[in-house]
Amino acid sequence: MLDFIPQIPIADWISRLTDWITDVFAFLFNPIKNQFGDFMEWFAETLALIPPIIVIIIVAVVAFFITGKKFGLAVFSIVGLWLIYNQGAWEELMSTFALVLIASLLSVIIGVPIGILMSKSKIAETIITPILDFMQTMPAFVYLIPAVAFFSIGMVPGIFASLIFATPPTVRFTNLGIRQVSEELVEASEAFGSTGSQKLFKVELPMAKSTIMAGINQTVMLSLSMVVIASMIGAPGLGRDVLSSLQRAQVGTGFVAGMGIVILAIIIDRFTQNLNKSN
Amino acid sequence: MPIIKVEGLSKVFGKNVKDSLKLLDQGMKKEEILKQTGDTVGVNRASFEVEQGEVFVIMGLSGSGKSTLVRLINRLIEPTEGSVFVDGENLATMNKEDLRRVRREKLSMVFQRFALFPFRTILENAEFGLEIQGMDKEKRSAKAKESLELVGLGNYINQLPGQLSGGMQQRVGLARALANDPEVLLMDEAFSALDPLIRKDMQDELLDLQQKMQKTIIFITHDLDEALRIGDRIALMKDGSIVQIGTPEEILVSPANDYVERFVEDVDRSKVLTAEHIMKRPETVNIEKHGPRVALERMREEGISSIYVIDNNRNLKGYVTADDASAARKKEIRDLNEILKTDTPTVDRDKPMHDIFEIIHNTPVPVAVVEDGKLLGIIVRGAVIAALVGEGEVNENA
Ligand SMILES: Nc1ncnc2c1ncn2[C@@H]1O[C@H](COP(=O)(O)OP(=O)(O)OP(=O)(O)O)[C@@H](O)[C@H]1O
Ligand SMILES: [Mg+2]
Repeated sequence: MLDFIPQIPIADWISRLTDWITDVFAFLFNPIKNQFGDFMEWFAETLALIPPIIVIIIVAVVAFFITGKKFGLAVFSIVGLWLIYNQGAWEELMSTFALVLIASLLSVIIGVPIGILMSKSKIAETIITPILDFMQTMPAFVYLIPAVAFFSIGMVPGIFASLIFATPPTVRFTNLGIRQVSEELVEASEAFGSTGSQKLFKVELPMAKSTIMAGINQTVMLSLSMVVIASMIGAPGLGRDVLSSLQRAQVGTGFVAGMGIVILAIIIDRFTQNLNKSN
Repeated sequence: MPIIKVEGLSKVFGKNVKDSLKLLDQGMKKEEILKQTGDTVGVNRASFEVEQGEVFVIMGLSGSGKSTLVRLINRLIEPTEGSVFVDGENLATMNKEDLRRVRREKLSMVFQRFALFPFRTILENAEFGLEIQGMDKEKRSAKAKESLELVGLGNYINQLPGQLSGGMQQRVGLARALANDPEVLLMDEAFSALDPLIRKDMQDELLDLQQKMQKTIIFITHDLDEALRIGDRIALMKDGSIVQIGTPEEILVSPANDYVERFVEDVDRSKVLTAEHIMKRPETVNIEKHGPRVALERMREEGISSIYVIDNNRNLKGYVTADDASAARKKEIRDLNEILKTDTPTVDRDKPMHDIFEIIHNTPVPVAVVEDGKLLGIIVRGAVIAALVGEGEVNENA
């Protein structure tokens, strides 16, 4: 009795929609694919050109200062990064890092304004919240499919998938942070005759900063995980090593690549957290 | 021309504003309207005028609409009905840009919980209003420093608000408001979050500032003592309506209705009663006629351990204790001057009892009430305590 109508062809619709978008927006996707793809490659290569020892020193010095002149993170960074180098995965590390950096940067650039919009408009909040839920709960792999349709394979679709998957926390936390600013402070800024943008930039965003940073931290971590998954569609980096080890059942190399990802994750996580605190 | 003129100002919170207003017209009460329409009446047809340089206090119990009323004056809350004239301009109908101009130039607000920006230094906080106006850094710093000095915080400009005590934070709030050089200060329970001693200091300081700068102040409080201390005129609110406007005198002497009367009854007796209300006739000896023997005799008769000493003109000379007098008698000393103690605790006849309480706490002898050096009476500790709890004999005719 549940079969009162035949199967609804949702899958079909989505496929057709994707095809349609690919066709219609080809004029947009193609240049992005080419130019942005070239840029990404150039960026990753440039990073890889910097002598590893210099990268390690810079990271360690920055770590030392943002943790309030403590040695813990600095030492960890030196040992961890050296280990990755030692295992011959330096170039992959730089690719992954380039992807994470650009993907998170774009997520923040897109996410913060959307979060601001949500905080200012009840309607926007009502519409956007379920979309965010959807974006975050859909298994990450699913995003790879349209990403490939739009941008074929390589770095660009990886970044695209990462944007969809990793932007929501920044949006949410920006919205939350601004809504949490105490009523009295908002009143104070209005009572002194602030314009809307003065209120936003002089009071709301500074007050919401640590909440927004917490969201950005999550976004960065999510984009790292997505970038690793994106190796399935040809994104270079540490993820590719994991994938190929999986395909060839090489436990040892798989573990080494995985360890590289963990080290990178820990360093990135501590960096974004401490950036928040030290400000 | 009054600097602030409020006419028929109302605020109804809710969805059935029109119906609620009609019901208000029919004289329905706040509670009934809430039942009928689900709306909350914040302020109901408030009308009053405030003159330049006046301290106008708005007082009422929690929920009576004070905060709503003061926020209607600078339109942080949109009025439902009525007008607010500031310097002749109607705020209620003006566009956003004009509203900002008026807020920047004429109205400043001080908040109950200070509302300082925690990430800005004290100086940057005080600069806020000027910064909003687009004044350049140097000029606004100078002005902000000036107003911080005015409130005694000149040395704290680089601290963050979190490093300051509550009283100091509110001074910053005040300095921030003053830096704009506004015509009107709106203060919503500005001192309510401070502990009593600091609160009193701040009241005094506000009055000093007001004397110096002749600002118009609209001051919200739920505390009648505070209202009486600082208000030139007081408006009493109940359920969104203003029930009486008058000088402190008028409010105390002729309360408009039961509500006001009950409010007034709560005035802390210790601040209304003064020394002369609770003093009693003193036992004395005359230094020009009497010696230790007479002093001792009197003390024994009255059952007291010290006695005040005066001269022929009732000028207070000091006091002698029973111990000293009895020792002097044994040594055949005749002159009271030899055993006279002069560390006499004295107060004026109009000293509030509240202050006497502190004095009497620290002295073994009764407090002398004096006028022009003449002894009028004495106050014993028991009388103060009795009057405080409201049952001692009080000299009603004083
Ligand atoms: N934003 C709002 N929405 C709905 N009702 C409100 C709102 N603000 C205030 N009210 C209601 O309006 C009435 C007056 O509130 P208001 O805050 O002005 O009182 P108050 O005299 O300042 O009290 P308090 O001494 O507690 O600060 C109260 O019944 C309150 O519940
Ligand atoms: Mg209030």
